[in-house]
Amino acid sequence: MDWLAIFNLALGELISPLTAAYILCAIGLAVHFGFTGLMNFGQAAFAAVGAYGMAIGILTFGLPTAVAILFGMACAVIFALVLGIPTLRLRADYLAIVTIAAAEIFRYLMLTSGFAGVTGGSAGLSAFNEEFRALNPFPDGEYGFGPFTFREEELWMRIVGWSAVVLAALFVMFVMRSPWGRVLRGIREDEDAVRSLGKNVFAYKLQALIIGGVIAALGGMVFVLNLSNVQPASWGTNFTFMIWTVLLLGGAATILGPIVGGMLFFLLLTLTQSIIGGLVDVGVINFLSPPQVGQVRFLIIGLALMALVIFRPQGIFGNKKEMQFNG
Amino acid sequence: MANNISVGAAAPGCKKVDPILVADNVTRQFGGLTAVDVAHLEIPRGQITALIGPNGAGKTTLFNLLTGFDKPNTGTWIYDGKNLAGVPSYKVARLGMVRTFQLTKALSLLTVIDNMRLGAQDQPGENFLRSFLKPLWVKYENQITAKADDLLKRFKLDAKREDYAAALSGGQRKLLEMARALMSDPKLVMLDEPMAGVNPALTQSLLEHIKDLKKNGTTVLFVEHDMHMVRHISDWVVVMAEGKIVAEGPPAVVMKDQAVIDAYLGAHADTDLGTVAIKIVKDKK
Repeated sequence: MDWLAIFNLALGELISPLTAAYILCAIGLAVHFGFTGLMNFGQAAFAAVGAYGMAIGILTFGLPTAVAILFGMACAVIFALVLGIPTLRLRADYLAIVTIAAAEIFRYLMLTSGFAGVTGGSAGLSAFNEEFRALNPFPDGEYGFGPFTFREEELWMRIVGWSAVVLAALFVMFVMRSPWGRVLRGIREDEDAVRSLGKNVFAYKLQALIIGGVIAALGGMVFVLNLSNVQPASWGTNFTFMIWTVLLLGGAATILGPIVGGMLFFLLLTLTQSIIGGLVDVGVINFLSPPQVGQVRFLIIGLALMALVIFRPQGIFGNKKEMQFNG
Repeated sequence: MANNISVGAAAPGCKKVDPILVADNVTRQFGGLTAVDVAHLEIPRGQITALIGPNGAGKTTLFNLLTGFDKPNTGTWIYDGKNLAGVPSYKVARLGMVRTFQLTKALSLLTVIDNMRLGAQDQPGENFLRSFLKPLWVKYENQITAKADDLLKRFKLDAKREDYAAALSGGQRKLLEMARALMSDPKLVMLDEPMAGVNPALTQSLLEHIKDLKKNGTTVLFVEHDMHMVRHISDWVVVMAEGKIVAEGPPAVVMKDQAVIDAYLGAHADTDLGTVAIKIVKDKK
């Protein structure tokens, strides 16, 4: 086993665009769940709406990439309104059921062959990121050092993805420290109490759903710009649950939590994959076949998440007094 | 009997000299049960009114209806000249009619001072777009923080300022909820069982706070089972039973109404339960 290669691979994951994409979605979920108490189990749909919105904006409407990104964000706002207006009056647990259903409905709509002319159906969409690549200001070559060595387009993707993460984190930190954020945290604790103090709770919940959704839409865009294609299969419920894992790992009502949680999650995911895979290859583990390794690592991650919720419900950065996973 | 609150003699549904809240024909049914059936009720302005009655009389339901937390089957009510039927609860609160809850709703995982700041209305920073422009709201934030600190001092919660509300005792949470309701300088405060679960040492200070409210011109309407409190601080008592108003009047008069005492307050309303037990034991001998 090549331990150096394993660690290099794992360290590279720390700042991969995929990690950035998940972190963005988790920051959005922190706005929903951590700060406002909305049990959104359909975060994959917001990411998908952003990704499809941008791709369709470029391919179908011929928009420039920057405008298409704004278009994708606008799509997420509309999705939040459509989802939120009928459902935000529901209690937290019902909202969880409705959001998970809404996410599946959106995924199936993208999958159906009826809209394949626009959405690409089951094959999805590709070839929408030429302009994005052309915008790359870095000349050809290799940049960085050690595990963080990237070709010019890899570097460009990372800079864009992580800039989005930093901007989203600063934005959320800023608004949550304002009186507006204080109302959201009040709603998380008891919405009737906040209502009795003269706040329009429904409007605040809708605003929170929109803001968290738009941040997740940016995550979806980073996700597909990195892969160079949008496929309906990416946005299943497992996408949502990985976002929840990232959020709970770091701490739901924190800003730094989703970021460090995301980095740690992908570090562990890669490490377990490589180490178990390596042990299978050299014959130390002889009861697993190589294709089973991918499943086993999720099994280990699942156990880790259970242990986390039981023993450290506030996450790594959470203040146990302020926020726990208690729905 | 004449008094200076009602027009003419006190009777269920009687007219008041200066009502702040007038409710007409308010009914609320839960399935086959009529929880509230109030033909006419006027709450006198600037006075402390107690709403009493046995469990299940519909007191809390009436509170919920009047403050927009529940919708009635029929009825209208006019608060300070405005018809409030169908007005959502947050707008009711903005009009200066602020309530507390029977089961205290302290915002547990917010600090005490943040709980208080949330009680203030018209904070421009609570608007999402304006929340970005700190200069627009920081001055008001300082004002409401000063006011909150002042209220916390009055309610003897200033030592707990930075603690999470979850760390307070049940009685302190009641105090916090009441102090928070006062942040918006309400015209009508509706307290749902302010004494429930409060220890006797705190009771006295709560009573003083409620009397202070009256001194400052605030109208108080409260639901309470504690007859000591009703007798000592209320100017007017409204008795509800089975959803209806069955008696009204100054406390001294209503309390003496033997029918009210026996039917709605229990035959031993005046006596400490400990002495009742002793008396029963003695009677047996």
